[in-house]
Amino acid sequence: METNQILEVKNLQLSFRLDAGVNHVIRDISFNLFKGETLAIVGESGSGKSVTTKAILGLIDDNGAVEEGSILFRLRENDKEEIVDLLHQSKSYMQKHIRGRKIAIIFQDPMTSLDPTMTIGKQIMESMLEHKLVKSKQEAKDRTKVLLELVGIDHPEKRMKQYPHQLSGGMRQRVVIAIALACEPDLLIADEPTTALDVTIQSQILELIKDIQKKTGVAIIFITHDLGVVANVADRVAVMYAGKLVEEGLAEEIYYNPKHPYTWGLLSSIPSMDSKEEEIESIPGSPPNLINPPKGDAFAYRSNYALAIDFEEIPPFFKISETHSVASWLYHPMAPKVEMPEVLQKRLAKYRTQKEV
Amino acid sequence: MLKFITKRFFWSMVTLFTILILLFLLLQFLPGTPFNDEKLSEASKALLNAKYGLDQPFFSRFYIYMKNILTEFDFGISLSIQRNWMVKNIVLPRLGISVRIGLQALALGTGMGVLFGVVSASNKNTWLDTMATVVAIIGVSIPSYVFALLLSYTFGYKLPFFSIIFDFSDPIKSSILPTIALSMFVMAQVTRFLRTELIEVLGSDYIRLVEAKGVNRFKVIARHGLRNALISVITILGPLTVTLLTGSLVVEKVYAVPGIGSLLVNAILTNDYNVIVMIAFVYSALYITMNLVVDILYGIIDPRIRVAKGA
Amino acid sequence: MREYRKEEFKRLEMREYAQQEMLLGEDPKFFRDAFRRFKRNKGAHVALYMIILILTLAAFGPYFGGHVYNEVITTHINLPPRVPFLENFGLFNGLRMGENIYLKKGFDDLYYWFGTDGLGRDLWARVWMGTRISFLVAFVAVIIDVLFGITYGLVSGYFGGKVDLFMQRFVEIISGIPNLVVVILLVLVLKPGLQSIIFALMITGWISMSRVVRSQVLKLKEFEFVLAARTLGANSFTIILKEMLPNIIGQIIVMTMFSIPNAIFYESFLAFVGLGLQPPLASLGVLISTGYQSLLIYPHMVIFPVVVLSILMLSFNLVADGLRDAFDPKMKGF
Repeated sequence: METNQILEVKNLQLSFRLDAGVNHVIRDISFNLFKGETLAIVGESGSGKSVTTKAILGLIDDNGAVEEGSILFRLRENDKEEIVDLLHQSKSYMQKHIRGRKIAIIFQDPMTSLDPTMTIGKQIMESMLEHKLVKSKQEAKDRTKVLLELVGIDHPEKRMKQYPHQLSGGMRQRVVIAIALACEPDLLIADEPTTALDVTIQSQILELIKDIQKKTGVAIIFITHDLGVVANVADRVAVMYAGKLVEEGLAEEIYYNPKHPYTWGLLSSIPSMDSKEEEIESIPGSPPNLINPPKGDAFAYRSNYALAIDFEEIPPFFKISETHSVASWLYHPMAPKVEMPEVLQKRLAKYRTQKEV
Repeated sequence: MLKFITKRFFWSMVTLFTILILLFLLLQFLPGTPFNDEKLSEASKALLNAKYGLDQPFFSRFYIYMKNILTEFDFGISLSIQRNWMVKNIVLPRLGISVRIGLQALALGTGMGVLFGVVSASNKNTWLDTMATVVAIIGVSIPSYVFALLLSYTFGYKLPFFSIIFDFSDPIKSSILPTIALSMFVMAQVTRFLRTELIEVLGSDYIRLVEAKGVNRFKVIARHGLRNALISVITILGPLTVTLLTGSLVVEKVYAVPGIGSLLVNAILTNDYNVIVMIAFVYSALYITMNLVVDILYGIIDPRIRVAKGA
Repeated sequence: MREYRKEEFKRLEMREYAQQEMLLGEDPKFFRDAFRRFKRNKGAHVALYMIILILTLAAFGPYFGGHVYNEVITTHINLPPRVPFLENFGLFNGLRMGENIYLKKGFDDLYYWFGTDGLGRDLWARVWMGTRISFLVAFVAVIIDVLFGITYGLVSGYFGGKVDLFMQRFVEIISGIPNLVVVILLVLVLKPGLQSIIFALMITGWISMSRVVRSQVLKLKEFEFVLAARTLGANSFTIILKEMLPNIIGQIIVMTMFSIPNAIFYESFLAFVGLGLQPPLASLGVLISTGYQSLLIYPHMVIFPVVVLSILMLSFNLVADGLRDAFDPKMKGF
């Protein structure tokens, strides 16, 4: 692991035993995360992105099993650094040293993520006290106040004594973020943190997350199904489909020079203010059942750009640039040249000019 | 909160009053009057008529009946058990032992139920869970008098640790077997209810977040899971009271406990209607009070209700 | 790295790929899945066979014991159970206090499988006759209260508004009175007997059913398929019958299964407190309440009806639990 990396997921394969068979949710994915950067993992529901984060936290349900791979994490404690494989740690080790302490998570729905019977102050203080980061209750209270201010909640004294149901959805999500930051983690996982919120609140929360990263330098994995949401937040983007990564690159590369037909589809389906109705295209069909994963490139079955080989063999990664790679046979030297759909080309051109202005 | 309590209290009173009216109407259909007693002297007849207005037309009778109950808690006189005694003097002295055994059973059953429920839910699909589930379904299915018979046969007769019937000289020890017999159903219901409830709570988003905070498993269950699950368990205390009352009848009969349960059975066997009516009223009042207490308790414990109602 | 051939990189037209469509609502598979889940539940499965076994014995048992259920034979009173073959293994051997009562009285070839009661009647036949009566009481009471409860819940939930408000106030007051009190008083007024017991059980049984049905209807009312049917001009009756009932049938079945043991229990309870059926009718409850008086001397008189009753209650509850888990894993245990 390079010194500036904080997390490296290598060849992760994970499956769940279900009534109907074994569900291969994650089929060999690898990615890494650098200190202080934001990586967006994008994909439809069921693509395995949330499971990946659960695997990082060691919160896989009992019927799940890691078949292969490793998740290496750079653990800094008292100026000592060591690299631990999170997949091979005991439950109690994960609970005592990792979860909440070094890696924290923000869930999707703030309406259900908070314990309805406990004041928000206590919920924020809980992890500091659990991980013995503070010496006294008073210190925990003081820190909580600072945290609430950091996440933009007024009158922290008063709010600490309130229960979740007394707060709006946006406020609750701020509280959830405060809980995540309570122990100054090195890695923050944001699992669709804005999906359940109103559009105006969404952008506020996104700004907040960006702002926090600037202030604390925490590395962020941002999980979303909506490429539009992370455009301004992510440094790098990884696109996931049916338990595999299909394209990975810097945010600019993904937004302005996407290569995988699936990424094209995702970008085409973002509704934008000025695009006319007919330009929004959704991807036909739905993701495959991973109990019996389709042969070859899983996306070929929904793609307009399928090649014969797609149905036979899983494509390897082809490098587009030092930072940009794509798993599609379309970039094999023998493949015919294809261009992204014209509608998308126009759209991306417009984005570019907007940005230059 | 105060408004909520007042409203609930008002409706409880309405229900109780409706019950009184129904009981009065019912009495009109029953054949029992003190005049069945041939030995009754003319003087005492006149006395009874003056007090209870038995010779009056329907509506005055109703008025007098209600007045007697509301002012003196007087439900008339006993027809057979202790002839010509005031019913309240027969019923009220026996209330204490019944209530005590009932509360003991409630406490024991709830305690065991919470224990089994937590063990079961937090070890879902293991042998511990199966054991608790089996114990619970047996407790729900087998009537309390069967437990009572079983316990008195084994621990009163075969292994005589306790006396088979209630022993006045040792009321505490004598109440052990009835308490256990009565508590089985409570234990089973609480186990079953808490298990489902806790499993649901443990699968909820906020528990996932607590786990993600790195809180240890014991605290996750005790501080967050159990607290939330127990709030719903309070709601079954009302219905459980009825089963306790029902159970007390047969259990008191089996052990000859001198409570109102066995008194009611006696009254039924001897057609002592005034006693039956008074006990019916006492039972209804107990049940309604319990429901009221549960509602208020719920309001106090659940912040969502407490704060919304503006405590 | 293998060699790739040119034709492998030929572009293809978009393939028709059989997508699994997510079906909305409860499709026919729902019942098949429920049935499969139920079949996997071993406890419920065994319990179902137990119920069938007891039902069969209740139907035919009385004719196989070799004695008639109401025949009073004064010389045969209080005989302990004795079964041929099994008696050789120390079970059902006609012994009491270490002494074979049959041989003592000179009935060498006499066998009463469950023994006899204080009037010399055959308990084997009486237990199964009693089971029959208990079943009868429970089934009739449950069928009527289920029908009434469903109707009440459907009407209250479907029409809503003032109708609902009024009907629910009524339920609230009624349910403020403990069942125990209602049942006892009703049976008392109507005189203990088959009809009055059934009536009393019916009066108290429908409330929980009506509550479940009402809450389901309230939920379903907002669903699109119901709205669609209404827009298309279907009348209330058709909507209730065709659109709503099929969707709540699962819960109704589960509730019904829970009602049966409850009714059996209440019947035996009434017998125990002296409000049971009158002779010559005898239910399990009646047998238990008479048998219990001589529990210490003749335990066999109470053991057999108690065991049958307990197995019956347990089996019905297990089946009900199994059905609940099969139909709706999230439905609360109450």
